[in-house]
Amino acid sequence: MNPFSYVRPNSLKAAIDAMARDHSARFIAGGTNLLDLMKNGVTLPEKLIDINQLPLREIRQDGNTLHIGALVLNSNLAAHELVKTQHPLLSEALLAGASQQLRNMATVGGNMMQRTRCSYFYDTSMPCNKRQPNSGCGAIGGINRMHAIFGASDNCIAVHPSDMCVALAALDATVLVAGPKGERRIPFTDFHRLPGNTPQLDNNLAKNELITAVEIPTHPFTKHICYLKVRDRASYAFALVSVAVAMDISDNVIRNIRIAMGGVAHKPWRLPDAEKALTGKAPTSDNFRLAANIAIQGAKTYAHNGFKKDLAFNSIQTALLKAATA
Amino acid sequence: MPQENKPSSVPPKKDKQEARRDFLKQSSAVMALALAPPLVLKAAQHDEAIAAVFEKMPVNLEINGKKMQLSVEPRVTLLDLLREQLALTGTKKGCDHGQCGACTVHVNGQRINSCLTLAVMQEGKKITTIEGLSSGDQLHPVQEAFIRHDGFQCGYCTPGQIMSAVACLHEGHAGSPEQIREFMSGNICRCGAYDNIVNAIMDVKNGGQIA
Repeated sequence: MNPFSYVRPNSLKAAIDAMARDHSARFIAGGTNLLDLMKNGVTLPEKLIDINQLPLREIRQDGNTLHIGALVLNSNLAAHELVKTQHPLLSEALLAGASQQLRNMATVGGNMMQRTRCSYFYDTSMPCNKRQPNSGCGAIGGINRMHAIFGASDNCIAVHPSDMCVALAALDATVLVAGPKGERRIPFTDFHRLPGNTPQLDNNLAKNELITAVEIPTHPFTKHICYLKVRDRASYAFALVSVAVAMDISDNVIRNIRIAMGGVAHKPWRLPDAEKALTGKAPTSDNFRLAANIAIQGAKTYAHNGFKKDLAFNSIQTALLKAATA
Repeated sequence: MPQENKPSSVPPKKDKQEARRDFLKQSSAVMALALAPPLVLKAAQHDEAIAAVFEKMPVNLEINGKKMQLSVEPRVTLLDLLREQLALTGTKKGCDHGQCGACTVHVNGQRINSCLTLAVMQEGKKITTIEGLSSGDQLHPVQEAFIRHDGFQCGYCTPGQIMSAVACLHEGHAGSPEQIREFMSGNICRCGAYDNIVNAIMDVKNGGQIA
């Protein structure tokens, strides 16, 4: 790794001040993605601001909201009693990601901030608009088996790699961030961006802002949930396609439903039209097939990822069936 | 070769600013010339971050039960500290990118990939490596089970597998062969000794040797 300086502030204010003084700096929490990027020369910060001393490790119920500190470890969050009982979809998604060693290091905020695993982004000898704006995209005419089928642009077809974020998008979470001007709240589905003309920006966090917490509203999705992750091996691999489903069923009618996908877009991909089509309907295979068909409308595939459209169509139906019968 | 394992290499009680200034004053003549010392000294007084690029930082760790005051560059990973400075080469460097698990160690009892964390980030933590697992000549039950079940072929992934397996058992994630396979998936064995590794872990679990 290139040399860098290292500071370990003890307060949120000191951390934000340190970033304000030096925009080439990066915050570091678990480091599981950032250090990997630094070893590859993809990211070369001159300063690391270690935020692990900040008091952001709490999980607590605040009225109708579960408050999760940004430094809560992925493993602790997945195993937390309130998460397992009230938000089992989140627990399942977390356990589908990475390995136990990495979950013991990775934080909630860091998981949200992880960069794409597109091999052209990682390979500094290749063009990549995300790593080096206006250098071109290696993936569009290259090997793009892992890449996006929704919401991509002519500049970037990378996907966001997180499983946790797919569940948080489905559960209508809110992101709390702090910056020099104070705190603000961002709806989770507005946190990550589509690539458009600025693929170098993964999300809407300003450079000198820090994620402090994620909040999940209380919801009825404690039983009929499913996080289905399809990948090249049984475990410890990024998703080709993943589907998060949470539904509330009574009297054989779907009263409320959320569906989101991972591995298919530059951000966690909510399926509002499919949700709308299933609300008030019976949880039947026919209805699920109809919804899956709606979900894949507008999919755009490239030379090697055509299979993802079929995989998404089938995976959505499987996840819906599993959730309905859970 | 061990290079920086002398506890005396860092002044024990000096505050950071003071230690940093001392370092700069003691820097070699070549370094001093190259860096225009008055400027660097001035910078060090006003922005402690600048100095850290050039110097090692103190870090206190308890490694395999032994408290150590060490000195490392910020960019040194925990894995490189263990192997290169402390000669604890039982912990292996496989991929160095968190993909293989060969570097698995315990930090405060939790298993992590030591290649993806900086040594300075572990200030005050208790680190256990494969060298710290046995009690003298008495092997850890998981080590014995790996031998009994032939849970390896070339052996390169084995220290990581064993450290991961011990944690897997402690976490309560060794309830079935399926659960073991899922929770050991962060440790790759290219020889393919997986069946025997799972059997070794099941054996320890069923033998009740680890609660």
